[in-house]
Amino acid sequence: MKTIPTLGEILQAQGVSRRGFMKYCAATASLLALPPAMVPRIANALEQARRPSVIWLSFQECTGCTESLTRSSSPTLEGLIFDSISLDYHHTLQAASGDAAEAARHAAMQENMGQYLVLVDGSIPMGNPGFSTIAGISNYDMLMETIEGAAAVVAIGSCAAFGGIPGANPNPTGAVSVQDLVKDKPVVNVPGCPPIPMVITAVLAQFLTFGQLPDLDIHGRPMAFFGQTIHDRCYRRPFYEQGKFADTFDDEGARKGWCLFKLGCKGPITYNACATVKWNAGTSFPIESGHPCLGCSEPGFWDKGGFYAPLSTGKFDSGEKLAGAAVAGVALGAAAAVAGRRRQAKYTKEA
Amino acid sequence: MSLKEPIRSAIPYRRGNVKPLLNEIIHALDRLLNDDEPTVIDLASLPFAPGELEELEDALGKGELNAELDALGKSLIRETAYPGVWWLEHRNTEGEIVGRYIEITRSPEILMSQDADIGAGRAKLRDSFEDSGPEFNKEAGK
Repeated sequence: MKTIPTLGEILQAQGVSRRGFMKYCAATASLLALPPAMVPRIANALEQARRPSVIWLSFQECTGCTESLTRSSSPTLEGLIFDSISLDYHHTLQAASGDAAEAARHAAMQENMGQYLVLVDGSIPMGNPGFSTIAGISNYDMLMETIEGAAAVVAIGSCAAFGGIPGANPNPTGAVSVQDLVKDKPVVNVPGCPPIPMVITAVLAQFLTFGQLPDLDIHGRPMAFFGQTIHDRCYRRPFYEQGKFADTFDDEGARKGWCLFKLGCKGPITYNACATVKWNAGTSFPIESGHPCLGCSEPGFWDKGGFYAPLSTGKFDSGEKLAGAAVAGVALGAAAAVAGRRRQAKYTKEA
Repeated sequence: MSLKEPIRSAIPYRRGNVKPLLNEIIHALDRLLNDDEPTVIDLASLPFAPGELEELEDALGKGELNAELDALGKSLIRETAYPGVWWLEHRNTEGEIVGRYIEITRSPEILMSQDADIGAGRAKLRDSFEDSGPEFNKEAGK
């Protein structure tokens, strides 16, 4: 096995000062939703960390997830690729093609047997192998061959995590998710259409820093980012409590920034971190821009009725049921907050 | 429009998130004075409404000290109008904000010269001294 330099050695060789490294660690702590007091421990761990090999497989997808990652600002993708991970195979970003690309994948697997991470975006067609192939290899065969020596698999985006739009009714390709097929390796789901780029990098940073995968919810999503609903952390929530809603996209309520529930907002049933992490380098998120949440990080979100139909009139039957769901959401939010604090306490204790 | 600078909200939405945070800062100042315990508040973890971050920044104001750090991108380290309360903004090499914090401390750790850098600087200085040879020594009057 080849000798891989530590991140500390790489940064030192690049002339990065300790201050720069502290700044990097502060951003990483923020990324992992860990308390700033954890920065010294993160610094020590990252300094000793060796770059994990990452193999990224793209199946039935639109490349939106890669687009999202390349807009990740914290840390920069360049920093992530060159300093923190060794991205050995990625269709869109790699220079190699054809046989050379497949050779790079096999070489990365052999050199890092048992230690590399496999990232997957896109669903896997099971109806006919010919629906989606790479270098003449079916998506299923490539996935099963590649995960053989993997430490873990990360399903990026709702297609890989839950089947996504290829899996939406009537699912013409027989699309399935990664977790439907991978049963003997840890699978982390980072759903979203696309997922928040910082969440993708956070999972990698967590693996790099602590050598372990994050705590997950019942859908295999990292609790740090999917532990609370959009509604729980939405700055418009006070209007929901006050019963102030926008009824159309151009009425007084919309102009005053009232709650978008009646316009179909799926925030109350959607677990994601958009309301705090936000998008485009922390600029805003859909609700802040005046559009309801589509619920894209939830399983089967394409088939849950119209995007602009209020939850109370859609698949959730009645307002009463929704009121119950809202109460449950508050309780879940509180439970998630407790779990989050426990998680932080765990890491602090270990420090 | 560049996304490197925060987009200011045309209609500020006041949701009352700033006042509790200012109260938290007062408690943090108490801990600093009484127990010598610093506090760091990660502003990225708080769900601010549009305009509230600016409201907070305005409420804290600007103090006597304003430093710029250039390490893996620029950073702003500014003491607010309230001594012991610091506003920190870290940017990456592309100029995008990667972290925003309020530190309640006598001086943020990142302002201090770090031992690793001091050691490396000392070695560099010594090398330059030795590399310059007799000419340098002559100029130095040795």
